[in-house]
Amino acid sequence: MRLNLSLSKKYGKYWYKFRRNKLSIVGLIAIGVVLFVAVFAPWISPYPASAGLYVNFNKAGLPPSLAHLFGTDEYGRDVLSRLMFGFRYSLELVAVVLSIDVIPGVVLGLVAGYYISRWFSTVIMRVADVFIAVPPLILALSVASILKPGGINAFMAIALAWWPWYTRLVYSSTSSIRNEDFVRAAELVGASPAHIMFKEILPNNLGSILTKVTLDGGWAILIGAALSYVGLGAQAPTPDLGTMISDGAAYLPAQWWISMFPAAAIVLVILGFNLIGDGVNDMFSSGVR
Amino acid sequence: MKISLRSWGFILKRLGYSIVSLFGLSILIFLIARVLPGDPARLALGPQAPQSAVNSLRAALHLNDPIYIQYGYWLYGIFTGNWGMSLFTQRNVLLDVQAYLPATIELILTAAILDIVISVPLGVLAGRMANSAVDNTIRVISYLGIAIPAFVVAILLQLIFGYTLYWFPIVGRLSQGVTPPPTITGLYVVDSLLTGNFSTMLNAAWHLILPAFALALGPIAQEARIMRSSVVENLSKDYTLAEVSHGLPERSIMLKYLLKPSLIPTLTIYALDISAQIANAFLVELIFNWPGFSRYGLNAMLSKDLNAIVAVVMVAGVMFVVANILVDITVGYLDPRIRLQVRSEE
Repeated sequence: MRLNLSLSKKYGKYWYKFRRNKLSIVGLIAIGVVLFVAVFAPWISPYPASAGLYVNFNKAGLPPSLAHLFGTDEYGRDVLSRLMFGFRYSLELVAVVLSIDVIPGVVLGLVAGYYISRWFSTVIMRVADVFIAVPPLILALSVASILKPGGINAFMAIALAWWPWYTRLVYSSTSSIRNEDFVRAAELVGASPAHIMFKEILPNNLGSILTKVTLDGGWAILIGAALSYVGLGAQAPTPDLGTMISDGAAYLPAQWWISMFPAAAIVLVILGFNLIGDGVNDMFSSGVR
Repeated sequence: MKISLRSWGFILKRLGYSIVSLFGLSILIFLIARVLPGDPARLALGPQAPQSAVNSLRAALHLNDPIYIQYGYWLYGIFTGNWGMSLFTQRNVLLDVQAYLPATIELILTAAILDIVISVPLGVLAGRMANSAVDNTIRVISYLGIAIPAFVVAILLQLIFGYTLYWFPIVGRLSQGVTPPPTITGLYVVDSLLTGNFSTMLNAAWHLILPAFALALGPIAQEARIMRSSVVENLSKDYTLAEVSHGLPERSIMLKYLLKPSLIPTLTIYALDISAQIANAFLVELIFNWPGFSRYGLNAMLSKDLNAIVAVVMVAGVMFVVANILVDITVGYLDPRIRLQVRSEE
């Protein structure tokens, strides 16, 4: 009972710091809604058939109305339904890229920062530098273009361009605290390197890592949308917001709803992740801003 | 890792690391381009070409040699001006890069100028009036600015100011019928100014505004936010209190004593953003049909033009790395503490 109380107190502090900024709550709600819509898209979207191979030229290019809140596209598919399914692809992208990148990136950074004077630390950081020597979008675009175009390959291309940023972040904070007294003390009492890295040093980095993870949700979607926009992302008929924007751009300005609603949807998701990221940052920063 | 103007040794070391990174990058991208399925010779000649022609081209391109020999040939070519033939334009990739790069540099420089000129005053204003209506408006705009992808901004600007209001041209660097100025720097605005052709200069500048702004909006939002928070932070510092209590006019506090320290974090991010612009330019150039390096790179990627892809990645890498070194030098120049820190480390 007492344990529970102290736990809730501990997390209560973080929650208090998070919700102090109302915008963080707005972000949390936005991503919550997007997640809900994405998961339940087959059941709550008005025209689930529009997500697949579906053509109905009688209804092509209809402006927004009560029957089609966001209008229909050039094939007569309901834009709102496709947009709801499109959230799935965006969130999958974030989940796949982050789950591939965060753990290896963080572990490599910890190892390189802790064993800073050893040869493999140099190797790790020089290899990371290679991937950082060019903007992530360019590396992702070029790798995706060489691979066969498709959703999974786009995820891989983005993941390949992204991990070193975690390594570098964790490396710089780890190397700066590796000579602090608490690390020395742990070494003196004979704690294993793994214990020191994961139990002593890692918790100190958690704030900056979690902040980066949430902010990167937005960046990953941004890069994914860019890849889709040029046709290197998800392939037809998979509903994907970036592809919807580029296909719909051909019908601008007359049929603006085909591309502008997906554009607004992307902005909503990225904004949501950014707002949560700021909240997470507040959670781990001490004092008032 | 920060540098000062005086620590040349440190800059050289940093430069050395960057060169090693770029070599690593060249190996990485070369490997990805060569190891993956698809025969470059077959791609170059097309599916109808006879196998004998493909075989002789394979031999001419050294494709039958082991990969490290191929890399050696490629590296030798890079330093001797033979960057391989582009499948897309049918000429040496080096010539393509030389032809297309100035247009992109002009675009990025214009975006960089727009960025700093707009974001710093906005950030100072928001920081000075923290938590007022002005601050909140700037905050909302900057949140949106960061969240809107550059290519969406590009489409929106085209739609509003091009198609609807007719204020700005929609595509290209110059209006049809306007002769490009003689090439001196390759930047149309500069070249036409140097040759005294003002109408061409205005025309080129007029074409630049929309794409440059599409590129600049995200960074403007980012820098304005950072500038705001560092102004707010410095306003609460003891030295500011001391200046206020000594009765210094607010104007001189803001512009003389507060601007410089507040600019340090902003400039760091600013330079990083500018160096990443070559990537954002990929889509913006596509949308505005801007005949630049990024559009060339994108076309190369979409047509699997391997020589051009490798070259584009490498040129982008060199620009990125050089920009990052310049950031460190600038920051070291602005912040004497960093200079001292580096000297004591040596």
